[in-house]
Amino acid sequence: MSGHSTYQPQNAVLQWLEKRLPIGGLIYDSFVAYPTPRNLNYWWTFGGILSMMLGIQILTGIILAMHYTPQTDLAFISVESIMRDVNYGWLLRYLHSNGAAMFFFAVYIHIFRGMYYGSYKDPREVLWILGVILYLLMMATGFMGYVLPWGQMSFWAATVITNLFSAIPVVGDTIVTWLWGGYAVGNPTLNRFFSLHYLLPFVIAGVVVLHVWALHVVGQNNPAGVEPKSDKDTVPFTPYATAKDGFMMVVYCILLAWFVFYIPNYLGHADNYIPANPAVTPAEIVPEWYYLPFYAILRSIPNKLLGVCALFASIGVLAFLPWLDTSKVRSGRYRPLFKQFFWLFVASAIGLGWLGTKPPEGMYVILSRLLTLYYFAYFLVILPLLGFFEKTKPLPNSISDSVLGAKA
Amino acid sequence: MTTVSSAEHTRRDFLYIATGAVGAVGAAAVLVPLVSQMNPDASTIAAGAPVDINLAPIAEGQIVKVFWRSKPIFIFHRSPKEIEEAKKVDVASLRDPATDAERTKPGHEKWLVVIGICTHLGCIPLPHQGEFDGWFCPCHGSQYDTAGRIRKGPAPQNLHLPPYAFLSDTRIRIG
Repeated sequence: MSGHSTYQPQNAVLQWLEKRLPIGGLIYDSFVAYPTPRNLNYWWTFGGILSMMLGIQILTGIILAMHYTPQTDLAFISVESIMRDVNYGWLLRYLHSNGAAMFFFAVYIHIFRGMYYGSYKDPREVLWILGVILYLLMMATGFMGYVLPWGQMSFWAATVITNLFSAIPVVGDTIVTWLWGGYAVGNPTLNRFFSLHYLLPFVIAGVVVLHVWALHVVGQNNPAGVEPKSDKDTVPFTPYATAKDGFMMVVYCILLAWFVFYIPNYLGHADNYIPANPAVTPAEIVPEWYYLPFYAILRSIPNKLLGVCALFASIGVLAFLPWLDTSKVRSGRYRPLFKQFFWLFVASAIGLGWLGTKPPEGMYVILSRLLTLYYFAYFLVILPLLGFFEKTKPLPNSISDSVLGAKA
Repeated sequence: MTTVSSAEHTRRDFLYIATGAVGAVGAAAVLVPLVSQMNPDASTIAAGAPVDINLAPIAEGQIVKVFWRSKPIFIFHRSPKEIEEAKKVDVASLRDPATDAERTKPGHEKWLVVIGICTHLGCIPLPHQGEFDGWFCPCHGSQYDTAGRIRKGPAPQNLHLPPYAFLSDTRIRIG
C-alpha cells in the first residue's frame, strides 16, 4: 500500500492498463507480495473465511430476493414457495440461513483471537474499531434478515427488538412508532426491513475495504505480538497466506455443508414455521443463538432502561478496549495472569449464551447476574489493573527468534 | 494580483458564512421528508379510527381481546372477588402506583379496559395467569394484577389504558 510497487506485468495489455489505472499493482501489493508475519497460526485465517462468508451471503441473498415478496400477506408463503417450488430454492435458503449462523461463528472466533493476542493495541486501534462497527452492522443485518420469513419468531423478535428503543426517556415511543411506520410491527416495518437488509451487506463490504486497508497500513499482528523487524520475520502473502487461508476456507465450507445438508434447522426455531400472528406471543421466545449472551445480559437486570443500557454497553465497551487494556505486552502468550482471566471471559460469554436459552427465574437469574458482572468487570476493572500488577514473561527479540526457538 | 485588505476579507467571510448557513438550513429542510416518510402513512392513520365494542356478550370473569390500531385491547369483565382483590392492594407498595378507581371508569368498576401489550418489550401477556390473577407475560416473566398493574418482573409500568368512553352500559367506544 505504500512505497513504489514492484509489480511489472509482462503482458502488453496489462502494461497498457497499469499506466492508466494501477489496479494490477494494488492487487499484487495487497495479496501477492504483501509481507505477512511468518508465525501466523490458523486463528489468523478467519479474516479470509469471513470475506468468503460475506460473499456467500450476498450471492445467495440476491438470488433469494428474486423470489421473495416483502408483504405481510405473502412473505411467509413466498418463503415456503422458495423451499418447495423454486428450483434449488431449499438449498439457497438453507445456505443463506445457516450461512448467517456460520458467519457469526467465524466472527466470534475472529474477535476472541484479536482479544487474546492483543490485536487491538497501538497502532491497530482504528482497525479494531472498524471491526466493532462491522460486528454491529452484522447484528443489524442478521436481525432484519430473521424478520423477513414473517413467522412467529420473526414477528415477535421484531416487536421485542424495536421495543428496546421505547426504553429511551421522553422520545422512546415516538421513535418506536417511526421505526414501525404504524402503531405496531406491520407491513411498513417488513417492507423497510427488507430494503435495509438488502442495503446493509454492501455497507459491510465497504467497511471491510476500510478494515483491510487499515490492516495493510499497520500490518498484521502475530502470535508473538512483536512487530516484524527484518525480512527474516515475514513471508510473502502468496503462496503462504493464500494457501493457508484457502485450505481453511475449504474446511469451513465442509462445516457449512454439514449444517445445510444434514441439520439445516438445528439452529432455527420450530415456531418460525408458524405464520406471524400479532394476537399471540409464543410461549417462549429466544433470539438466534448468536445474540443469546446479550439477551441474557438484558434479562439479568430487573429494570427496563438499565437492562437496555447494559445490552448496548456490552457491545459498546468493545470499542474502548484499546484504551482499557493498559498492558504494554500485546500477546496473551506472555501474560500468565491475563491468560486465565481471558479464558474465564470466554467461558462467561458462552455461559451467558447458555443462560439466554433458559427461563428467567431462580438460579438462572442469579447466574446471569454473576456472569454479567464478570463480563463488565473484565473490561472495566481487570484489564485496566492487570497492566500495572501483572509480571509478564520476557518477549522474544524478534518473530524469527520466537519461531526458531532462539533462547528468549 | 492586488493585495487584499482586511476589510474585504471581512465582507467575503460574511458571504461565506451566510452561504453556508443558508446551505445548512436547506440541507436540514431536505431531511424533513426523508425522515417523515417513515412515520405512519395516511391510510394507517385512517385505519386507526375509533371502534365501538358491544360488552353484552362478555360473561363475568371473561377477558376478550379486540384490536384497535393493530394493538390488542383486553376487555376484562371482573367478578366481585377480582374487583375486591384489586381494591385492597396497598397503593403505596406498587411500582407504578394507581388506585383501582384510576384504572376504571366511575360506575363501571366491573369493566377493565387495557392495552394488551406488556410495557417491558411489547409481548402479549397471557390472561388469568400468574400470582395475581391478572396477566403473565411469557417473554420475560412480568406479572399484572386484576387491575392490569405491574406487580412482579421487569416491566416498568402498568398496562396502558387506551382512550375510551362508555356510550351506554353495554357499549364502549375505543379511540
